[in-house]
Amino acid sequence: YFLLNFNPFDNLLCILLGISFTVWFTLLLVFIIVPAIFGVSFGIRQLYMKTLLKIFEVSVNHLSVCTAIIAKEPTSLEEEIKEIRRSGSNRDLDHASEFEMSDIFYFCRQGVESIMDDEVTKRFSAEELESWNLLTRSNYNFQHISLRLTVLWGLGVVIRYGFLLPLRVTLAFTGVGLLVVLTSIIGFLPNGRMKNFLSEQVHLMCYRICVRALTAIITYHDSENKPKNGGICVANHTSPIDVIILASDGCYAMVGQIHGGLMGVIQKSMVKACPHIWFERSEVKDRHLVAKRLSDHVEDKTKLPILIFPEGTCINNTSVMMFKKGSFEIGSTVYPVAIKYDPRFGDAFWNSSQFGMVNYLLRMMSSWAIVCSVWYLPPMTREEGEDAVQFANRVKAAIARQGGLVDLLWDGGLKRGKVKDTFKEEQQKLYSKMLVGTQEDRSRS
Amino acid sequence: NGSKSVVRTLRPEAFKSMIPTIPVTNMVCFFAVSHSQITRLYSRFTSLDKGENGTLSREDFQRIPELAINPLGDRIINAFFPEGEDQVNFRGFMRTLAHFRPIEDNEKNKDPTASEPLNSRTNKLLFAFQLYDLDRDDKISRDELLQVLRMMVGVNISDEQLGSIADRTIQEADQNGDNSISFNEFIKVGNLQHINVWAGDHYLILSYILLSVLQD
Repeated sequence: YFLLNFNPFDNLLCILLGISFTVWFTLLLVFIIVPAIFGVSFGIRQLYMKTLLKIFEVSVNHLSVCTAIIAKEPTSLEEEIKEIRRSGSNRDLDHASEFEMSDIFYFCRQGVESIMDDEVTKRFSAEELESWNLLTRSNYNFQHISLRLTVLWGLGVVIRYGFLLPLRVTLAFTGVGLLVVLTSIIGFLPNGRMKNFLSEQVHLMCYRICVRALTAIITYHDSENKPKNGGICVANHTSPIDVIILASDGCYAMVGQIHGGLMGVIQKSMVKACPHIWFERSEVKDRHLVAKRLSDHVEDKTKLPILIFPEGTCINNTSVMMFKKGSFEIGSTVYPVAIKYDPRFGDAFWNSSQFGMVNYLLRMMSSWAIVCSVWYLPPMTREEGEDAVQFANRVKAAIARQGGLVDLLWDGGLKRGKVKDTFKEEQQKLYSKMLVGTQEDRSRS
Repeated sequence: NGSKSVVRTLRPEAFKSMIPTIPVTNMVCFFAVSHSQITRLYSRFTSLDKGENGTLSREDFQRIPELAINPLGDRIINAFFPEGEDQVNFRGFMRTLAHFRPIEDNEKNKDPTASEPLNSRTNKLLFAFQLYDLDRDDKISRDELLQVLRMMVGVNISDEQLGSIADRTIQEADQNGDNSISFNEFIKVGNLQHINVWAGDHYLILSYILLSVLQD
C-alpha cells in the first residue's frame, strides 16, 4: 500500500522536474544559443540594460559624492618656479639670481600634492563610482541606505545569484566546451579556404556565446575601420574579457604565453584551427624572437590580424598607460581600438593582486552586466622620421581621446615595480638648466 | 548630474581607532569644511596603507611614483615621521598635511596689502625651513644648504659651482654674521613672508584638512 501511495507523487514530481528542465533548456537554446550561432540579437540584453538604468535613476540618484581633491593646469617646472619667485620677490627679475631659497617650495608642493592624490596609484584599483549601483562590492562608503534601497539590493542579490549566475555559468561552459571540441575537429581538415572559413565561424560563434555568458552589451562604432589581414590591432587593456569582446566581432590571431591547466587546453586546441601565436614562458623574455614571430605573421597576408595589448597589464579603464614599443617596431599597419566600459553595471577591471582568475570571473558573472563601447579607429602607420616610441605615443593619444580616458606616460609596470631613476634625473636636469642657464646669460652680458 | 550632496561618511569605528582622543563630532565642528574632505583623505590614507595595519611606513610613501621621482621626495617623506619613528598613523598624517592649508577665499577678499595671519604662513615656511635644517638646530648651515642643493640638481652642476651658489645665498641672507641662516633670516630672504605659496589663479585647490587644532 505504501508503494502504491508514493508512486504517483514521485511520478508527478519527476514529470514536473522533467518539464521545467526541458522548458528551461529550450528557452536557453532558442533565445541565447541559436542567435549566438547566427550572430543575430533579439534585443533582450538592451531591454535589460534600459530597465536597470531606470531602476538606478529612480531609486539611487540622490547618493552621489564629490570626488576631486586637486585640480590644476599643466605647467612646466621653470614656469612654476618663476611664478613662486615672482610672488615673493619685489626685486627686478631681469637680474634674477640663479638660486632662490623659495625654489624649494616647488618641489615641496609637488611632493605634498602627490601624497594627497597622484595620477598613477589609483589606476591599479577599481574606479570609484559616483553613485551606488546596488552591488555590495561597490558599496564602500554609502552608509545612508534607506529601507527601499535595502529591499532593492536584496532583490538584486536573489536575481543575480539565483537566476543570472547559474544561467551564465551554463552558457560559459557551453561556449568554452564547444570551442575546444569544434576547433579540435576542424584541426583535422586539410589547410585551405574551407578550413579558414569554418575556423572563423566556429571562433565567432563560441565567442558570441561567451559574450552572452557575461551578459555583455557591446556597442561597436565605426566598423568600417575593422582590422584587416596583415595588420596589428592594438587596444587598451582592462581585463581578459577584452579579448572576448573584440573576438566576437572579428577574427584575430591571439598572442600570448602558453598557460597550464584549462587555459592551456583551450589555447592548444585553438591553434589547431587557425594560427595563433603562443609563446613558451622561456621565449617570452627573448624580445628578438617575439618580434621575429610577429613580423613573420604579419608578412603573410592570408593570416588574420594580430591582437595585442601594448600596456602589458590590466589598467582600471580610467586611463591609458605607456604602450610598450615592441609591437610598433614591426612596421605594419596598426589598427587602434578603444574600449570603454560603463562601470555602473559591473566593473570589469581585473585587479590581479586582489583576485585570481576564477574569483574574477565569478564576480563578472554575478554583476548586473558588462556594458561597453568599442571604437574602431582609422588605421595608422609609422611616419617618416618618427621612431617607435613616438608612434606608440601617437596611437595611445588617439585611443585615449576616443575613449575619453586620461593619457598617461607612466608605465603600467609600476603596478608591481619601482619607478626608474631616470625620471628623477630629468627633473634635476631641468632645474639645473634653470640655475646654470642664468649664469651663462650673465657671463655673456 | 545635478545633485552633489555629500553622503559619504566615514565609518565612525574605524576613524575613532585612528584618533582615540578626539571624537569625530568635535573635529567636524571645528572646521568650516565638510566631513567629506576629511573622509576623502582618510580614504587616501587607507589606500596607501598596503599592510592594512593603520599606519604608513616610508615604503608606502615611496610607492607613489610622482613622489619617488621628486628630488626632495625623501626629505618630504621624513617630515611625516616624528623623531626616530618609522610608522605614521592617520593623526600624524593629517597634522603634517595641515601645514599646507591654503588661504581661504574669505581671507583672499580682504585687503591684499594687509598681512596674512601669521600662523598659517609661518607654518608653511617652518615646514620648508625644516626641509633644509636636517639637524634641527634652528640654523641652516652651509653644508645643509649644499645637501639640499645637491638633491635638487643631481649630477648636473659641479661642486665648485654649487659651492659658490651656496656661498652667495648665505651671504645675501645672513644678517648676524654667523655664516648660517636662521628662521628669521630665512623668511626675510626674497620677501618670503609675503610669498604666495600656492601661486595664483591657475591653481584651484579644492580641499585640504584643517587640523591645525590638533596640536601636541
